[in-house]
Amino acid sequence: MAEIKFKLNNTDVHTEKDLTMRLLDVLRDDFGLIGVKEGCGEGECGACSVLVNGEVVSSCVMPLGNASGKNIITIEGFKKTERYQILHQAYEDEGAVQCGYCTPGMILASESLLNKNPHPTEEEIRDGLSGNLCRCTGYNMIVSAVQKAAERGEGLW
Amino acid sequence: MVNSYIPETYKQALELLADNNLTILAGGTDLMVKTRKWSGLAPGFKGDMLFVSQLKELDFIRREDGKIYIGATTTLEKLLHDKNTPELLKMAITQMASPGIRHTATLAGNIGNASPAGDSLPVLYILNAKIVLESIETERILSIEDFILGPGSKDMKNQEMIREIIIDDVEFDFVMYEKAGGRKSDAISKVSFAGAFTFSFGMVHDMRIAFGAVGPTIIRIKEYESRFKETQIRDLVQMSDNIKGLYNPGIQPINDQRSTAEYRKTCALNILGKFLSEAETSIKKGDKH
Repeated sequence: MAEIKFKLNNTDVHTEKDLTMRLLDVLRDDFGLIGVKEGCGEGECGACSVLVNGEVVSSCVMPLGNASGKNIITIEGFKKTERYQILHQAYEDEGAVQCGYCTPGMILASESLLNKNPHPTEEEIRDGLSGNLCRCTGYNMIVSAVQKAAERGEGLW
Repeated sequence: MVNSYIPETYKQALELLADNNLTILAGGTDLMVKTRKWSGLAPGFKGDMLFVSQLKELDFIRREDGKIYIGATTTLEKLLHDKNTPELLKMAITQMASPGIRHTATLAGNIGNASPAGDSLPVLYILNAKIVLESIETERILSIEDFILGPGSKDMKNQEMIREIIIDDVEFDFVMYEKAGGRKSDAISKVSFAGAFTFSFGMVHDMRIAFGAVGPTIIRIKEYESRFKETQIRDLVQMSDNIKGLYNPGIQPINDQRSTAEYRKTCALNILGKFLSEAETSIKKGDKH
C-alpha cells in the first residue's frame, strides 16, 4: 500500500489511506480537524477550504494523493498565527460572523488573498472570496472585515 | 480500493501508462465531483489512477517563435497571473470556477474533460490550439477540433497523456469573452463566447468567433470568418442580422437543467451582435487603430 507524507499544520504526517479519498474526509476523520467543514461537497461553497502551500483550495475536490509533499494548513493551524489574530478581530468588529459555518473557509480565503495581494480593492476582495458562500451576512460585513484586516495588518502580509 | 500511482518524473508517468490502464488525474476538481459518493467514502473510480499534478516538468508557460506553450500540469490560477498568458485566455479563466478550484485545476484538464461547456475551450479554438499527446513510443499533435470528438469524448489512447498545449501568439486589436451563467462564480456556462479581431483603419484582417455550450462541441466556422476579411467593421455592424442568420443554423443547443435551447440560441446570437458592435465602438473611441 502506498504511503504519502505531507506537512499538516506544520507537523510532518503520513498516511496509508486510499489516495483517491477526499482530503476533506481524511482531515476530519483521521486527523480530527473538524474546523474543515463539508458544505456542498462539489467545490462550490468553500466551507471545506484549506491552504495548500499558502493558497486556498477546496478540500472536497482535492484527492489525498495531491497532498503528497505539500504543506496543508487548516483553520486549527492558522489560528496560531499573528495574521489570524488580525483577521479574527476584524471579522468580530465588523459583524462578519453569524452562524459561523462558512467562517473557517472565509478566513483562509482571506489569508490566501492577502498573501498575494496585501492591499486589495473591494472588487479584488469579492473576487478572492468568490468561491466561499455565506448564507447569513450578505457578504458586505465580510468584505469590510478583510479591508479592515488589510489596514490593521499593514506589513504582515 | 483502487491503486494510485504518484510518479516523480514525466518519464515514469509514461512508463506507468504503457503498462497499465490508468485514469489520469491532475487537479481532480471535475473528476472528484463526477465520482463522488457519500461523505467519508472513496470516490467511485472504476480503475487505477495516475496522479500527475506533481510533475514539475509539465508546469510551465513560455513564448517562443510566435507560439505559446502551456504544460499539462500548469494551474489555471498560475496562467491567470502569468505575463505570457494571452489576454483573451485570462478573460475566460477569470470567469472559471473560483480561486479555491483554480489553484489546482489545469487547462489540460478542462480540455481532457471535453465538455461543450468547458469555459477555456472557445478561446482555445480561436487561438488554434494544438494538443500534444505523448506515450512512451509516440508523439501526436492534434488540433483541438480533431482532439475533442463530442461531449466527454476525445481522440486519446490509453497509453497517452497530454504533455502540453500550443496556441497562437497573436496580438489582436479587439477581443471579447462572454459567459452566460446562473451566477458570477462557480457557474457552469449556459452559453460561452470568444471573439477576436485584427483590423487597421476599420478594415477587418482577421475575424475569429467561437461559441461554447450550444452544441456537442465548440462551434467555430472558419469559412464564415474568412468571408468577412477586408470588410469595414461598420459594414459588418450593418450586416449584423445577416451574420446572425448565417450562424443560426449551426447553433444547436439543448434543453437541460441549466437552461433552455431557445434561451441559449437567442443569447448566443445576441452576444455575437454585441461583439460586432463593441468592436466598432472600440475603433470609434480610438482604443485601437
